[in-house]
Amino acid sequence: MEFVKLETKLPPKEYRSDLEPTWCPGCGDFGVVTALTKAFSEEQFDPTALSVVSGIGCSSRLPLWMNAFGLHTAHGRALPAAVGIRLAKPEIPTFVTAGDGDIFSIGMEHFPHAARKNFNITLVVMDNRMYALTKNQTSPTSRRGYKGSLNPYGNIEEPMNVITFAIASGATFVAQSYSGNPKHLAETIKAASEHKGFSFVNVLSPCPTFNKIDTFKYYKGRTIDINKELGHDPSDMKKALELASHALDADNPELQDAEPFKGKVPIGIFLKVEKETFEDKVAKLKEQFMAPNGEPNWDEILEKYRP
Amino acid sequence: MAQKKVIALTGNQAAAEAMRQINFDIAAVYPISPQTELMGFFAEYVANGEVDTEMIAVDGEHSAMAACIGAAAAGARVITASAGPGIAYMVENLYVASGMRLPIVLLDVNRALSAPLSIHCDHADSMLTRDSSWISLFSENAQEAYHNIIMATKISEKALFPIIVNYDGYIVSHSIEDVEILDDETVRNFVGPSDIHRIPYPLLDIKKPVTYGATAQPDYYTECKYQQHVDFLKVYDIVREVFDEFAEIADVKYDFIEEYKTDDAEYIGISMGSSFGTLKDVVDILREQGKKVGAIKIRLFRPFPVKEVAEALSKAKGVAVLDRADSFDGIGGPLFKDISTAVMMSQNRPFIHNFIYGLGGREVKEEDFLKAFDRLERLEKGIETRDRFVEYLQVRE
Ligand SMILES: Cc1ncc(C[n+]2csc(CCOP(=O)(O)OP(=O)(O)O)c2C)c(N)n1
Ligand code: SF4
Ligand SMILES: [Mg+2]
Repeated sequence: MEFVKLETKLPPKEYRSDLEPTWCPGCGDFGVVTALTKAFSEEQFDPTALSVVSGIGCSSRLPLWMNAFGLHTAHGRALPAAVGIRLAKPEIPTFVTAGDGDIFSIGMEHFPHAARKNFNITLVVMDNRMYALTKNQTSPTSRRGYKGSLNPYGNIEEPMNVITFAIASGATFVAQSYSGNPKHLAETIKAASEHKGFSFVNVLSPCPTFNKIDTFKYYKGRTIDINKELGHDPSDMKKALELASHALDADNPELQDAEPFKGKVPIGIFLKVEKETFEDKVAKLKEQFMAPNGEPNWDEILEKYRP
Repeated sequence: MAQKKVIALTGNQAAAEAMRQINFDIAAVYPISPQTELMGFFAEYVANGEVDTEMIAVDGEHSAMAACIGAAAAGARVITASAGPGIAYMVENLYVASGMRLPIVLLDVNRALSAPLSIHCDHADSMLTRDSSWISLFSENAQEAYHNIIMATKISEKALFPIIVNYDGYIVSHSIEDVEILDDETVRNFVGPSDIHRIPYPLLDIKKPVTYGATAQPDYYTECKYQQHVDFLKVYDIVREVFDEFAEIADVKYDFIEEYKTDDAEYIGISMGSSFGTLKDVVDILREQGKKVGAIKIRLFRPFPVKEVAEALSKAKGVAVLDRADSFDGIGGPLFKDISTAVMMSQNRPFIHNFIYGLGGREVKEEDFLKAFDRLERLEKGIETRDRFVEYLQVRE
């Protein structure tokens, strides 16, 4: 099923609502808004046939700032709500924009299923490596030792590697980008929205208010583009997994010189493979039992039950 | 004799102090406003080794209650806290916990439910728990929240039912008041030591292995629920007993309900939680004008003190039930239905009317409750008429 599109391009600002973001000055999530509006403009999406779905969190406020159908759902439930939209209106592009807590903590159970079923959804996670809205607690992506309000002496847990997780779950497009690199972020989000199937972009998006470790200063000069600099071919699943397994090496002081990233944080498209989407399979199934007039083929269906 | 000291504390600080003194074995936590700060205070106690509590930050409230169930079944003394949508997400496991007859303490820092999203106070979250066979106590202020948590621990373990202590989000949780704190030893003696044999069949009693929560087919499910039903009725006596024991250490004698100037009152307002202070002020204002009015606060919400309320209303002409949550069912708020049941049992059946107020943190002013008393009196005297039992106070139509 093709997405509804405009015949001409709208400027990116037409995809913004007239609400001013209530985010703190310097919040990394602003970069995601800019990149999304750019991608929407280039893709010629129609604001009246476009949906942006979120959960709860600072990052999940994003749909409020957009000129599109916004759905601010319960904490953790953005993906299943988006699945509902996909099934009801497969012609409408659906973006999920949420935080690392929303997607990988309380809403974790939905990710692998949306990914392996390959819904045509673009999921943009704003990963500030903690819960910001509730004022600084560790999330599943927080580094070891990170001090949040519930662990004043530091996190004893290991962060999860969301890139490996996404690949293992069956996501057909897996990328990481950084909100301090607007060009890369816009290109990556555009590539994700063009991908037919479940696309996941993990955006390293600093929270200057609470997270004093994973800052813009920390990331500056510390990212490495796996496609441009390392020549990674995203159709190579094995290589993608191998690279992904090092995605968190930069956290570890002992791995600062280790291959393949030498202490840097990887950005770029890890994986892009083509598979039939869930929506297309549903459409095919329907077709199978429809007579040419678009009605269910009752005779064929009832034949199965006739003695 | 108990040593006491008065300190200025917020509701969340007072609750954290009670948690520190009780020294729970396990605390499960997932942050949500306005509860987060409470667990933050408690996390400091844990990190500094001031308590023996193992605290686990889980991945959501459903898991928080699951962790409590596991720990309580194993014989630990456990606590968790949440608010609004977090309570909603817990509900499935609340029924599991009470069906398993596990003593667990849950603090509900009352918050409205989505949508629209609101982090502010009302009682909709707690109303989700009202049929779950959890004992439920409401607190008017930080002092009561502190006392209720200490009493709740004991009530829950005696009754073998889990218990919720409610206090209003922000209004109580974040406001500073003078709170009288008992000394640690008195509190610890009052709740008694935690050991796995406080519950009859602890999961980890290796000499007596058991399974919790197995299937009951139609031939037994009813009997299980009946047993729960019968035992839940015994909670009244247990609560009274614990309130009495607590009076000995704290010099306050709590009751299921609190009555204010109801003796000769013709019109009575009923509320729960922090608004009771405003309600009492309104009673004083009207008394000065020569009106015979009174107020009742519900402290024990589940099991509902139906006899006590019926008795307290037995001489009234009219009753205004003030609900901080709507039921959206054409009848009225949840408290209204409970009070209506009590009125049915009352010899003299007073006129009863329902007002919804304070939703999503809407500030409650004296003029609001004055309006409620005024409308109640006019309705009761036939000066005005109604076409519904329930009306919203404070709304822009
Ligand atoms: C059921 C439920 N539990 C808890 C909360 C409180 N809560 C709101 S946002 C949030 C964490 C958000 O973290 P993340 O998704 O990383 O977003 P960020 O604020 O960091 O952008 C929590 C725990 C809630 N709103 N609902
Ligand atoms: S608290 Fe952090 S994540 Fe939230 S708006 Fe401010 S900077 Fe952004
Ligand atoms: Mg976050």
